[in-house]
Amino acid sequence: MSETQSLLAILVTAALTNNILLAKFLGMCSFLSCSRQIGTALGLGVAVTFVLTGTIMVNYLIYHHLLVPLGLEHLMMIVFIAVIAGCVQFVEMFVERFSPRLYFALGIFLPLIAVNCAILGASLFMVIDKYSFWETLAFGLGSGLGWLLAIVLLAGLRKRMGYGDPPKPFRGVAITMIVTGIMALAFMGFAGIGQ
Amino acid sequence: MSSEKPHPSRDAESCGACQNHGFCEGRGLAVFKEGSWTSNPVAIQTLGICPALAVTTRLENSLVMGGAMIFVVMGSSFLLSLLRHWTPRRVRLIASVAVIATFVIIIDQFLRAFYWDMSRQLGPYVGLIITNCIVLGRAEAFAMQNKPQLAIIDALAAGIGFTAILAIVGFFRELLGEGTVLGFTVLDPQWYTKNLVMVLAPGAFVVMGFLIAFFNWLQHGNADKS
Repeated sequence: MSETQSLLAILVTAALTNNILLAKFLGMCSFLSCSRQIGTALGLGVAVTFVLTGTIMVNYLIYHHLLVPLGLEHLMMIVFIAVIAGCVQFVEMFVERFSPRLYFALGIFLPLIAVNCAILGASLFMVIDKYSFWETLAFGLGSGLGWLLAIVLLAGLRKRMGYGDPPKPFRGVAITMIVTGIMALAFMGFAGIGQ
Repeated sequence: MSSEKPHPSRDAESCGACQNHGFCEGRGLAVFKEGSWTSNPVAIQTLGICPALAVTTRLENSLVMGGAMIFVVMGSSFLLSLLRHWTPRRVRLIASVAVIATFVIIIDQFLRAFYWDMSRQLGPYVGLIITNCIVLGRAEAFAMQNKPQLAIIDALAAGIGFTAILAIVGFFRELLGEGTVLGFTVLDPQWYTKNLVMVLAPGAFVVMGFLIAFFNWLQHGNADKS
C-alpha cells in the first residue's frame, strides 16, 4: 500500500470505523446538549473539527520536538490542555467577529470546546498510537469529521424523535443514549473498510 | 478558558438546608446524600458520561477508574477550597484546571508505575479526567465557596456516585458480554451465548440509556419531569 493510501485509510478509519464519538465515547457532553438543531450541530461540528485538527498538529510538534528531547513526557497533559485552551480562545474571537449569529447559537458551548474531551483525547491517542506527522494530520481530520458526522446525524434523528412517544422515564437523555447505541451499531457495519 | 460553566444547581439548596437545621453538622449528611444520590453526577446530571461508557467493559476497570476519580476529585476540591480566598476570580478556571491536572498526572504516573496492565487498558481515559465535567463542576460549584471539610465530603459524594454508576454499568456489560463478574464465570458458557455487542460500543450506550431511564423512574415515577 502506498503512503497516500495508508493515510487515506487512517482518515477513513478515524471517521467511520473508529468514530471518536461512537466507538471511543469522546465528546459526549456537547454531543448530548448541542444536538437539538441541525444548524447548531453543524456549526459546533465544524468548530470542533477545526480546533481538533489544529491542536493535534501543534501538540504533535510540541510533544516530539520539545517534550521528548527534554524528557518531560509526564507534563504532556498540562501542556496539551494549555494549547487547546489558547486555540479555543482564538476560534471564539474569530467566530464572534465573522459570524455573530453562530456565536450566539453556540453560546456557552463554544468556550466549552476547551474541555471537550474529544480534543484532548485525540491528542492523547496521537501519543499512544505513535503516529507520524502526516498520519497525525489524517487522524485529526478524520476524527473531527467523524464527530461532525455523528452529531449532525443525531440532530436529524432527534428532530424526528420529537414525534415519537417513548415511556416517560425514557424521555430526554435516556432515549437519546439508546438511539446513539443503535447508531453506533450501524457504524460498526463499516468495520473492515480501510484495512 | 474564559467562560462560566453551567452550574449544577444544587448550591442554593444545600445552603438552604444549612439554614433550616441551624447548625452545620447536619449539613454534611445532606451534602453527601445530595451529591451521590439525589443529583448523581452521571445518572441525573449526565456529566462525565465519556469514561462511564468507555472503561466499563469490565467491572474491575470500572472500579479502578472510579478510584482514580475519587482521588482526583477529593484532592482537587480540598486544595481549591483551601486556596479559595487567595484565588482571584478572573483566573480561577486556569487555577482549577492546573490543580486538577496535577492530581491527574499523579494518579496516571502511579498507575503506570505499579499497575501497568491496567494503565494500558484504561488508555487515555485516566488523562481525560482533566476534562471531566464532574471534577471542574464540583470545584466551581462547591469547593470555591465552602470550607475544606465540607468540600471534601461533597467531592467524596460525587466520586462515590460516579463510581457506583460505573460499577453498575461495568457489572452488566461484563455479565452479559462475557458471562463473568470480576473474572469469575457466572453464566456458564455451556448454555449462555456470550453477547459480544455488550462489550462493544453500542452495548455501553444502551446499558447507560436504560440506567438513566431507571433513575428517572426511581426519582420521578411515571410523572413528567417538569
